[in-house]
Amino acid sequence: MGRTVKTLEDVTIRFAGDSGDGMQLTGTQFTNTAAALGNDLSTLPDYPAEIRAPAGTTYGVSGFQIHFGSTDILTPGDTCDVLVAMNPAALITNVKMLRENGTVIVNEDAFNEKNLKLAGLTTNPLEDGSLSRFQVYKVPISKMTSNAIADMNLSTKFVDKTKNFFALGLMYWMYNRPLDQSIRYIQDKFKKDPQVIEANTRVLHAGYNYGDTVEIFTTRYEVKPAKLSPGKYRNIMGNVATALGLVAAAKKAGLELFLGSYPITPASDILHELSTMKNFGVKTFQAEDEIAAICSAIGASYAGALGATTTSGPGMALKTEAIGLAIMLELPLVIVNVQRGGPSTGLPTKTEQADLLQAVVGRNGEAPLCVIAASTPADCFSTVYEAARLSIKFMTPVICLTDGYVANGAEPWLIPNVNDLPEIPVTFAKDKATFQPYARDEKTLSRPWAIPGTPGLEHRIGGLEKEHITGNINYDPDNHDFMIKLRGEKIERIADDIPLQTVEGDSEGDLLVLGWGSTYGSIKSAIAEVREAGYSVSHAHLRYLNPFPKNLGEILYKFKTVLIPEINNGQLIKLIRSKYLVPAIGFNMVRGLPLRSEEIEQKIYDILGVKNG
Amino acid sequence: MADTITQDKTTPVKLTIKDFQSDQDVRWCPGCGDYSILAQVQRVFPEFPHAKENFVAVSGIGCSSRFPYYMDIYGIHGIHGRATAIASGVKIANPKLDVWVATGDGDGLSIGGNHMIHMLRRNLNIKILLFNNQIYGLTKGQYSPTSLLGQVTKSTPIGVIDYPFVPVSLALGASATFVARTMDRDPKHLQEMVRRAEKHQGSAFVEIYQNCNVFNDGAFFQFTEKETRDNTIVYLEHGKPLVFGKQKEKGIRLNGFTPEAVNITEGKYSVTDLLVHNEHDSTLAFILANMIHNPELPRPMGVFLSQDRPTYEHQVEDQIARMKSKKGEGDLQKLLDGDETWVIQ
Repeated sequence: MGRTVKTLEDVTIRFAGDSGDGMQLTGTQFTNTAAALGNDLSTLPDYPAEIRAPAGTTYGVSGFQIHFGSTDILTPGDTCDVLVAMNPAALITNVKMLRENGTVIVNEDAFNEKNLKLAGLTTNPLEDGSLSRFQVYKVPISKMTSNAIADMNLSTKFVDKTKNFFALGLMYWMYNRPLDQSIRYIQDKFKKDPQVIEANTRVLHAGYNYGDTVEIFTTRYEVKPAKLSPGKYRNIMGNVATALGLVAAAKKAGLELFLGSYPITPASDILHELSTMKNFGVKTFQAEDEIAAICSAIGASYAGALGATTTSGPGMALKTEAIGLAIMLELPLVIVNVQRGGPSTGLPTKTEQADLLQAVVGRNGEAPLCVIAASTPADCFSTVYEAARLSIKFMTPVICLTDGYVANGAEPWLIPNVNDLPEIPVTFAKDKATFQPYARDEKTLSRPWAIPGTPGLEHRIGGLEKEHITGNINYDPDNHDFMIKLRGEKIERIADDIPLQTVEGDSEGDLLVLGWGSTYGSIKSAIAEVREAGYSVSHAHLRYLNPFPKNLGEILYKFKTVLIPEINNGQLIKLIRSKYLVPAIGFNMVRGLPLRSEEIEQKIYDILGVKNG
Repeated sequence: MADTITQDKTTPVKLTIKDFQSDQDVRWCPGCGDYSILAQVQRVFPEFPHAKENFVAVSGIGCSSRFPYYMDIYGIHGIHGRATAIASGVKIANPKLDVWVATGDGDGLSIGGNHMIHMLRRNLNIKILLFNNQIYGLTKGQYSPTSLLGQVTKSTPIGVIDYPFVPVSLALGASATFVARTMDRDPKHLQEMVRRAEKHQGSAFVEIYQNCNVFNDGAFFQFTEKETRDNTIVYLEHGKPLVFGKQKEKGIRLNGFTPEAVNITEGKYSVTDLLVHNEHDSTLAFILANMIHNPELPRPMGVFLSQDRPTYEHQVEDQIARMKSKKGEGDLQKLLDGDETWVIQ
């Protein structure tokens, strides 16, 4: 049968189904295969907080979007080209993400009266014409799955659970991808149960063969490898990158890594990852609560380990008092906040950038510390590594902000050579004759790190105000004023130790878009479009949020307008306006989702006064 | 299981009480029971098989929590209630250290109650000295979780209605492996309990009745003062019958599971009828802890329970050693590479 093979630069596929349908697994499998084929990619898992919401309901729908291509892929895609919907609820909650004339592949077996009712539908969207703007493929996924393994005498429930592999197989066929990587995964994952291996493998093949045999699909697509920089790559999720960054930093510093953590979405995977790395001497401590998690990390740092704690917004709130203690004790401590929708419990599985002000200023007293943020999943590695480096060098807690999107998103990562990672020198105080707990390094103003077990350096530190040099308790008004300013100055001096801010695009002009953290991809692709249309717009993306890079002011003053897009109600903009007195303009959408490039693009055109951008 | 990692038997220098006295002025109120606790600790620490630099004291907030400042060892004065959590990190990071927590009834049982019970169940080899004065001293006189029903305090002008914790029962309920009670005004016994805590391999919980002479003066005088104490306390000694009274004429016997005080000189009961203490028996420990609820019974002092259980930090080290021998010392480059890589030329 003759079929056209069409080459595409990039494609966005969205898998959607019940939270029990295995959509995250399906998406991850497709991602890993795309990565191994050398595509650039970006992913967005989008799942409900409920582990298993009632089947068939709209609030139980779990989605996974992957944008892959042969070009530079910066975002998981504002919209998708293909939607795979396993039931009516998945269809109606996700079809708004589908572009005009996009493709819908539905499991038509799931469009029965019961499921339509659960999804709150009175008519069947497959029949009522509501999908006329799309190309709809009705595939009897449940029936074909059950036929494929009918002779294996498996329970209906089990058969139903394998149908995601049918959808995966079909998409592999459609995008001309090999099955071997997923088959290896199935063999490894279910190695204790040959029957499960057999069933899943057969269903995966059945999906692939269905595409090949049935004549409804007239076109197959090909997406060639991306032109990435030369080197060795792997696919990596943000939380995994964070875990690796912490281990790498500890190893480079010659310290033991101690992670005190308490389970919280979407940060728990960092704890899971690190708990498997015991052969690196990593000590993970699942504490009784968020407070104990950070306090144990402070204790570990005092004892000479690299203390770290990982959490999300509500956990940060609980850790606040202890962060203040770490600031007073002046010990290294890495605090990772994987931001999620807030306030309070908020949107646990969704992304947001609304903890920036909490990180920078949210403590009692004058309590400055260093804040840095990761911009992409792979960037979590180098950002948390930098957090550890600064934390040790300046003897201070450092908050490393990631968010649900970069934490759970994935992209290809050019794996660094361990020997090329920046050095992290550690000096423990040893000299009894000269030791003073709060003496200062001339350049960094950091105090000595004197760990228990060192003869002659016995000393006490605590949360009470200290006398300069000796560290003794001190209530003198002038000493307090001095110490407040000294602690502030120490954090300011970090600016001498970090790279200058760079600008992508022209170094002066009408408009600078200033971003931070996970909006990197959305902003960059919006700007690429605008520049291609012939307008001058520049992009500066901040990793260092406190202190800011030393040249940031100079950069800002060279542009007529500064636009600051954020997934919050305007936080970086407050810091920028108050420090540099520039009339920055905000772009703020707080939907629990990454910003859409198109919307940023539109905002840029509005500012430039360009119509029909 | 013998846990030997905390034993440092090669102390090079003979230490004395002076080695443990810091240069800081002690700022507790004159007459405070804390002075005695500090003195007894400084007196017995030189006996322990550790170099001075391996001692660490950790505290939270409260009068008792000033303790680390007065000991010339490593120390952290932390935040309210979190001493046990901070200490846990210190101990896990470096199991060789001899870690002591100084806390109070408010710090350790109210704001820090959660960390306390979890540290005890994990059995980290950390020693807890809980200064119980049944009042908040540093904040000037509010009731604490061990204040008595009806007690009039700054924040309970017509009396406490919160039912109090029995610290010993709480520790037992949290599966502590070592639980003891002693008093600031019984220096010898206090010293002995500190020694016993040190020897124990695991979490050691020592409740110390401590007089706050400013906000709750005399709270424990019936147990600590010469005039009354013979009849109001009974010392627990492993393998020995529970005998008390000025002439040792009284004792505790078990009637079913219920302890009762009997006279052993009047012919009806003799010493052989008395309960013989077994500090390894956790059921008995609960019974003894519950004696506090019967005002007719003397208050037990001494070691309620001492049991062996692997320490948390030992198991951490053990898992690391096992994973190292199974997977080999971690290779960072391999870790970064992961399972699936591809090369772009």
